[in-house]
Amino acid sequence: MTRVNVTVDGVRYTDEVEPRLLLVQYLRERLGKVGTVIGCDTSNCGACTVALDGKSVKSCSVLAVQADGAEVVTVEGLAGPDGALHPLQQAFHDHHALQCGFCTPGMIMAARDLLAENPHPTDDEVREGIEGNLCRCTGYQNIVAAVRAAGRAMSNSSEGVGA
Amino acid sequence: MTTVEERPATEIGQARKRKEDRHLITGATTWTDNLTLPGMVHLAILRSPMAHARIGSVDVAPALERTGVIAAFSGRDFADSQGTIPCAWPVTPDMVNPGHPSLAVDTVNHVGEAVAVVVARDKAAAQDALEAIEVEYEPLPVVLDMEAAVAEGAAKVHAHTESNRSYTWAFSSGEAGTGEPIEDALRDAEVTVRRRFVQQRLIPAFMEPRSTVVQPVGDGFTMWSATQVPHILRTMLALTLGVPEHKVRVIAPDVGGGFGGKLQVTPEEVITALVARRLGKPAKYTETRSESLMSAHHGRDQIQDITITAQRDGTVTGLDVHLYADMGAYLRLVSPGVPVLGAFMFNAIYKFPAYRFVCEGIFTNKTPTDAYRGAGRPEATFAIERIMDELAHELGQDPLELRRKNWIRHEEFPFTTVCGLTYDSGNYEAATEQALQLIGWESLVAEREGRRASNDPVQLGLGISTFTEMCGLAPSRVLGSLDYAAGGWENAAIRVLATGKVEVVTGASAHGQGHETAWSQIVADQLGVPFEDVEVIHGDTQSSPKGLDTYGSRSLAVGGIAVVKASEKVVAKARRIAAHMLEADEDDLEFSGGKFSVKGVPGEGRTIQEIAFATFAAHDLPDGIEPSLDADATFDPENFSFPHGTHLCAIEVDTETGFARIRKYVCVDDIGTVINPLIVEGQVHGGLAQGIAQALYEEAVYDDDGNLTTGTFVDYLVPSAADLPSFVTGRTTSPSTTNPLGVKGVGEAGTIASTPAVVNAVVDALRPFGVTDVQMPCTPERIWRAIHEGAEKSDRAASGTVAYGGASTSSSDGSDGDQL
Amino acid sequence: MIPASFDYVKPATAAEAVQALAEAGEDAKLLAGGQSLLPILRLRLAYPERLIDLGGIPELTGVTDAGDSIVIGAMTTHDEVLHDGLVAEHAPLLVQATRTVADRQVRHRGTFGGSLAHADPAGDLPSVALALEAELRVLGPAGERSIAAADFFHDYLTTALAPDEILTSIRLPKLGDGWSTHYEKFNRVAQAWSMVAVAAAVHRSNGTITEARIGLTNMGPTPLRARAVEQALAGADASAEAVGRASARAAEGTAAPSDLSARADYREHLATVLTKRAVLAAAGI
Repeated sequence: MTRVNVTVDGVRYTDEVEPRLLLVQYLRERLGKVGTVIGCDTSNCGACTVALDGKSVKSCSVLAVQADGAEVVTVEGLAGPDGALHPLQQAFHDHHALQCGFCTPGMIMAARDLLAENPHPTDDEVREGIEGNLCRCTGYQNIVAAVRAAGRAMSNSSEGVGA
Repeated sequence: MTTVEERPATEIGQARKRKEDRHLITGATTWTDNLTLPGMVHLAILRSPMAHARIGSVDVAPALERTGVIAAFSGRDFADSQGTIPCAWPVTPDMVNPGHPSLAVDTVNHVGEAVAVVVARDKAAAQDALEAIEVEYEPLPVVLDMEAAVAEGAAKVHAHTESNRSYTWAFSSGEAGTGEPIEDALRDAEVTVRRRFVQQRLIPAFMEPRSTVVQPVGDGFTMWSATQVPHILRTMLALTLGVPEHKVRVIAPDVGGGFGGKLQVTPEEVITALVARRLGKPAKYTETRSESLMSAHHGRDQIQDITITAQRDGTVTGLDVHLYADMGAYLRLVSPGVPVLGAFMFNAIYKFPAYRFVCEGIFTNKTPTDAYRGAGRPEATFAIERIMDELAHELGQDPLELRRKNWIRHEEFPFTTVCGLTYDSGNYEAATEQALQLIGWESLVAEREGRRASNDPVQLGLGISTFTEMCGLAPSRVLGSLDYAAGGWENAAIRVLATGKVEVVTGASAHGQGHETAWSQIVADQLGVPFEDVEVIHGDTQSSPKGLDTYGSRSLAVGGIAVVKASEKVVAKARRIAAHMLEADEDDLEFSGGKFSVKGVPGEGRTIQEIAFATFAAHDLPDGIEPSLDADATFDPENFSFPHGTHLCAIEVDTETGFARIRKYVCVDDIGTVINPLIVEGQVHGGLAQGIAQALYEEAVYDDDGNLTTGTFVDYLVPSAADLPSFVTGRTTSPSTTNPLGVKGVGEAGTIASTPAVVNAVVDALRPFGVTDVQMPCTPERIWRAIHEGAEKSDRAASGTVAYGGASTSSSDGSDGDQL
Repeated sequence: MIPASFDYVKPATAAEAVQALAEAGEDAKLLAGGQSLLPILRLRLAYPERLIDLGGIPELTGVTDAGDSIVIGAMTTHDEVLHDGLVAEHAPLLVQATRTVADRQVRHRGTFGGSLAHADPAGDLPSVALALEAELRVLGPAGERSIAAADFFHDYLTTALAPDEILTSIRLPKLGDGWSTHYEKFNRVAQAWSMVAVAAAVHRSNGTITEARIGLTNMGPTPLRARAVEQALAGADASAEAVGRASARAAEGTAAPSDLSARADYREHLATVLTKRAVLAAAGI
């Protein structure tokens, strides 16, 4: 067992974990953060994407022990304390960018990372920016529209990029 | 609360944002794998590494020594209690069903088949202990190729069957009396074109891996499962396990996509139930993606031998279809019926006088096949739309003109086809015209010709797919005539609460489709209540006790109509109470915008909410009236609905590398009345992505030993956003004449239509090279080989793969002769 | 799926890492970014008893200017490579190739050194290291040594690294005036590994190609230099015809694999097409 200190969605946790425990399993099984999901075992699908110290990662390809001392943000940490949706969450709703919703947490976290670097991506830049996230329902078109709309909304609001 | 005045005139047709979204975008989800119950144990399943073997022995004892392990079982431990995975569709009286144990007992018949199960305190411990189980396999000959499987002296998948043929299902318009005999058409043909098309094996690849939790409850159990079909599952589990149906409750919580892949009673669900009941503890099994790809059922996998006959002027005279359909190792829920669902669709939108369809279902040592988005209809649409292009090429005609010449004209609806189906409505001319405009067809044709003339290394291809499909599965009597075990009705119930809020209970079990939103729109219009005041309840056999679930583009065309029928009953009940309250005659009342009023006296009236409260109080109801507005309805459609559309694809093919890139994709779909255009658009996009993926990317490949070599997402290529184009969508509306909403169905349209549009475009780009077919998926390598080595080489798959023979052509038209 | 159990150590210096490796022996694995290793562990294709995490060693990250070369710490992530001014100025080929590696999330974790040490022939960066004539610095119990990229890749997933050595940094010579580069990648879907790819560095003088260095991805069990093409290009006209003729020899001396994504003869053909395109693009023809 190895001790880890991790801040997840603003809350600090200290736990003893097996070194083999994946970050996504730590989030789901130890912290009950089941909003982040597991879709594959080869890091292709991106459903488990979270932010680790501000950068998007696939939490199935990071060990919990590697996150020691780090700050993790998941889809559960995006909405405001009053329940106000994050601009990306709002845009996914507005643009019908989800159907079954299983890929959505990872897709939103990947898009958030992209917008932090490029607040006004073109269609092609969005498509490349989320190439690490698979969706089987939407054909991606509405996701692309939602990400671009969120980029516009975030620049126009005090929320700012990387919120 | 939204007031009556602020509401749109009708909810139907509004692009309402989905009610389903909030919890999905915030991570407050209820996927089955999220669930933990007190005392819950975790399962891991040992899967066969052999495609075909006799099981000598299975020793699970060493696994019991491992840390955290509670129990371990092999198939022999459940041999008497596990029953057989049910097949609900015995398509012929003599169909051979070899039986399908959930945990293999004596033999394994495909790689990935469940052999043993370990139960432990946590998932990791269960997985660790799998390695301790010792299994002796005695290898048996592996059967992989369908034609080899039915050849004389072939090794058998199941020793106790006579052959590897499960069934032969046939339809002939001559014998059925729905058209002329095919023999005449074949004999008298001026032009005959034959082709062999291969529908590669696909994997539904829903994003949420399957997961099941079972909690024993008294004599029965509650199952949470990532399923499309909680109601069918409940009934089938009861029959399979011998537990009375009323002791079984099935809950489908949030379900992450299905596409037919979760239309199943799975071995894993049965195993989890068996273990939970044996141990008396709640048990969970969640598959990994690798397990999912090898053990959840696959789709497609047909060899299609297609013969079309025509007059020299292009008038089609006959269509002869022979299919080999790979069942895989076992028959699952509707495996044999999937290719048969395509039987009446090969003739498509064309007026064939003669038609024959023969399908042979074949066993191989591969994962069983079953429903995958479109189920039978994509295969049919692909074959007819591909062969229409080949016929046009043979005749030297424009493929679009050939289609126009032969399709059912708008004024000919309703039209009874050579299969005896009556198409309700359609306007192929209008959809096609709009699609041509949207894509800019003429300028693309000019560009294609220019690139051909200049020998541009990047050639442009234009592909057409003018498709129809049958939706709204299904009239129960039709299903009965096709020997399906169940009906095709759907149920809905409406509960009007004291405060005028409304609960709609539906038997259609959504897993991403947006039923909660669409049903709310329907009920808002029917009852005149605000959209926000409607709550839709589904996916739990206890709260939604009756239904036949979601598949086959049936939810709206059948389940949505049940909602309408139940609403009508509510309004009828309310009308009697309103008449009493208004001291008027029922016949003098009109109902509009949620309010009953006396005709000609618009000021006076009673809202549905007022009536609801009056009914709840029940202080002053007319004599003999029960104090309830609630009603339910079960709707059984009289006919299918027949959406249609025209899909056009422009594709650039780099002839130096073989890489194909979609430049523009346009579709105009006619799905009848649209309830919610936002949702419809999403369904079309997603369908297109899956159909295009079949054309260009996806293929489940087995090696010579029967190992699935595309066993992870590294090798099974589900396209990402970067691999797909933006789609241009249009719509025409020919309301269905067979249901009160005029709706048809949209869930599968994109998938059904797009695959041939893309492949036709690829082949069109390669016509200058003499190419007449490229096997799917049209990989760069296949395209390159087609260009450089001829059409017959285009099927060459990568080494060690099992690929079937490629294109073959013969023609009786003039001197062309055999092009093989 | 869940990896089998292992121990975990996280040394703070390169020297500690070498010591940890010596103590653990053969059953240890070095964990760099983990983007290849963790999926392998999850699928239980490997069973190391100990993981030595190199993620806590500051000296292994970052890019420095060393005069006629730049030095990139082995644990520098792909993302850091993409955003580094020195790399952009002196090794744009590495930037271009790195941009095609997997996806954003993987690039945030995966490292330059990790991908070289993993030595997957379908990986994009080994052929870039070859084309740029990189020098790899490694540390072992006996101290430091340098290995030329040309001598580093021994076989499929096998390198010149001894079992007790770690890769510490990669030195990339700065390309002088007249050099230009291009990475041409071919794959079926965006996320896939390269079916074939070509890393080209071309030196032009007036209308002539004076020198070319061509690295081939996935044309054998190791990344390869297309020596025949390089020879044919040296002194050739900077014209499409001459480049085409030279590139036709791209498959000479290769040992392309036949696998699920392509057969060898098709890969050989692709190598010629992609080499032509890479050289033309690099040389601005």
